[in-house]
Amino acid sequence: MSLESDLARVRGLGSAKDGTHSFWHQRITAIALIPLSVWFVAGILCIVDASHADTVAWIKAPHVTVLFIALIIALFYHVKIGLQEVIEDYLHCEWFKLATRICLNLAIAMCGLIAIVAILKISLEAI
Amino acid sequence: MSSRPLSPHLQIYRPQLTSILSITHRTTGIFLSAGILALTYWLISVAAGESTHATARAWLGSLPGQLLLIGWSFSFYFHLCNGIRHLFWDVGMGFELKTVYASGYTVVVASVVMTALTWSYVLSQGSVQ
Repeated sequence: MSLESDLARVRGLGSAKDGTHSFWHQRITAIALIPLSVWFVAGILCIVDASHADTVAWIKAPHVTVLFIALIIALFYHVKIGLQEVIEDYLHCEWFKLATRICLNLAIAMCGLIAIVAILKISLEAI
Repeated sequence: MSSRPLSPHLQIYRPQLTSILSITHRTTGIFLSAGILALTYWLISVAAGESTHATARAWLGSLPGQLLLIGWSFSFYFHLCNGIRHLFWDVGMGFELKTVYASGYTVVVASVVMTALTWSYVLSQGSVQ
């Protein structure tokens, strides 16, 4: 029996120590993604018909490099939390749920790493 | 089958705007998640050089590529607008039934209009990336 109130436990003070973290992080990344994603879509629309050189030049601009990497981090983390929520809701077989979560998390992390390295390569490479 | 009581099945409810938008938020979220693969592929293609970038452009400009991009753009605008609606709910605002429906219809109209504006701009630019 625990003397802890339900509220204290759900605030993240229980044994798992992360009661509401994914709920909270989902909101934080959502708020970050409002300006970042709108900036990204506007940016993509501006280079929709651009040559390879112009596309590279756009990504090379320091503020674009920074915002692009920030977008990747916030977006991929938001995707990770969102898909995890869907898995938790719809998959009921415990080992399959765990396996799917692990595979998706690793795949998303790897994909994000590849995206960031690609941005850095474009940004730092001499033309 | 056990004899435990069942809650009414989802299928017997008349579809309502609120429930439709709720499941659409989730569906667009899952669909947009697949978009991170396309985004990463596009970044790799730009990083790898002009010829791979041209291949990626050709693929994204093909009919399946265009259909995916139209789907992702609508899903993005919907998920963005409805996500903002959710954030207002998170701080306890907009829960009155009238407001819930008004914001719901606003989300639908806004995402359709923004998708249409986006694609009329893109098509006016000639070839598509």
